[in-house]
Amino acid sequence: MEVYLPIAEMPVNVFVILGLGAAVGFISGLFGVGGGFLLTPMLIFLGLPSPVVVASQAPQIAGSSLTGALAYWRKKALDVKLGTVLIVGGLIGTQLGVMFFNAMRESGQLDIVIVLSYITLLGLVGGLMLAESLRAVARTRSGAPPPRRTVGRHRWYEGLPFKMRFHRSGLYVSIIPLLVISCGIGFAGAVLGIGGGFILVPALIYIFRVPANVVVGTSLFQILCTMIAATLLHATSSHAVDAVLATVLLIGSVFGAQFGARAGANIRGEHFRLLLALMILAVALRFAYDVLNKPEELFTATLTETAR
Amino acid sequence: MRLVRALLLAALIAPAAAPATAETLLVTLSTDKIGISSNFTGGDIVVFGAVQRDEGAGEGLERRYDIVVTVRGPRGATTVREKRALGPMWVNRAARKFIATPAYAAVLSNRPIPYIAPDAELRQRYALGLEYQAPPPSDPSRMWEPEEVQFRSALVRLREKQKLFLEEPDGVKFLSPTVFRATARIPGGAPLGLYGVDVALFSGGVPIARTLTPFAVQKSGSEAFIANEARRRPLQYGLATVAIALFFGWLASVIFRRD
Repeated sequence: MEVYLPIAEMPVNVFVILGLGAAVGFISGLFGVGGGFLLTPMLIFLGLPSPVVVASQAPQIAGSSLTGALAYWRKKALDVKLGTVLIVGGLIGTQLGVMFFNAMRESGQLDIVIVLSYITLLGLVGGLMLAESLRAVARTRSGAPPPRRTVGRHRWYEGLPFKMRFHRSGLYVSIIPLLVISCGIGFAGAVLGIGGGFILVPALIYIFRVPANVVVGTSLFQILCTMIAATLLHATSSHAVDAVLATVLLIGSVFGAQFGARAGANIRGEHFRLLLALMILAVALRFAYDVLNKPEELFTATLTETAR
Repeated sequence: MRLVRALLLAALIAPAAAPATAETLLVTLSTDKIGISSNFTGGDIVVFGAVQRDEGAGEGLERRYDIVVTVRGPRGATTVREKRALGPMWVNRAARKFIATPAYAAVLSNRPIPYIAPDAELRQRYALGLEYQAPPPSDPSRMWEPEEVQFRSALVRLREKQKLFLEEPDGVKFLSPTVFRATARIPGGAPLGLYGVDVALFSGGVPIARTLTPFAVQKSGSEAFIANEARRRPLQYGLATVAIALFFGWLASVIFRRD
């Protein structure tokens, strides 16, 4: 069944989009990440215009992260105060990201910016996670106890000014590094059409040592709010938000996410992180392959202005 | 505004037609409006035409007529970019911006165009054929420089792949020696706006009449509503999109609640 997307101005098969949403939703339910980093490239490969893809991901991510955030809220596994600090940084980053997005779109370099950012970001995060999870797997094999954090030892960024106490996370840190990281994620989210959960979750765990039980809920809460802002900013500045595309994707992904979450309950932590790392690296390699290989078609044509 | 543009376009091509003979061309379209709704996957525009000979003039002369029907979509600037090696990477480097290029073009004729108009300069002046749809460079002598040719042929190739450019040398059917019909397919991804059907009548390699008939491709129903709201009231549109998304997110959390 074909459906015409009013903003992308092209017809798509509704089952392909539903299926894609469900597949990515499954992965996001499995790993607790938004899945935008998989969905954006797939939709672009389908031939949808990349500005519309990136802008329409924002409401889709907002909707699916609400589902997750509500579940964690009921379990009280959500640090609202920490989330609010992250949102402030996220909003600044989103605003900057949307401005950058529109500037790059005009200059015709948006595609290469998206591709290179994906390679860098996914390569870096995937590589770090892979190394960490391989060490963890090796550790459990050898039976050694996990390294414990020495009490009283602080890292340099924890000593910065503007310290704040976060009771639910049991944290007392400077808000500067929190704002910097969430600002960067907001920026990446607006430019690349990703929620940023796959950066924020490891950052909160490894850098700030937020307890694992509140990390996912808090990250979902932050993503929910920044993506609502991103939708509004894209809608008012680039006019590229396709409500029909976002809704169809969302319907697919909420169902997929439920099955993913059930499947995720049966996988062990280290293996789970190893799998996620491998998947992130695979997407990075796919992109790298595209830029490094001589493409079959060297030319692209874009309609820059139309008289209506 | 649209009418003014159509008239201007008609005025531009009228002097070139300069009918020295006594034939007139009558053209009518199957519709003057193609509406795009949620199930739109493309539509056809059917062009009917007749060649009318003046009483008395050229009587007894049996002329063989040739027809070239060119359906053109709204014109816009199109940038063609070429990827070139930058170190190990392939990056958009060179670009050629074609101004006022139709976003859609279908060139239909009753036989291959070089037979209809053997003079290449004439073909270029009348924009007969896909290779002439993008306007020539400001310095016409550069038209056949290798780089220009590369960009032009890339534009045609890419648009043909999207089915936005098409050429059918047997797309015009003569129902009688003077009555013809042609059908152009407007694909689902075709741009919206004012289209023009340019019909040129040739005989013996010489143009004798030309007409331009407009029609519109526009969104209808909910598609028009959504697209209009997105432009006219972007903030409300954004808020509504967020509300729909949050509603589905909330609904899912209710349906799948497990406690």
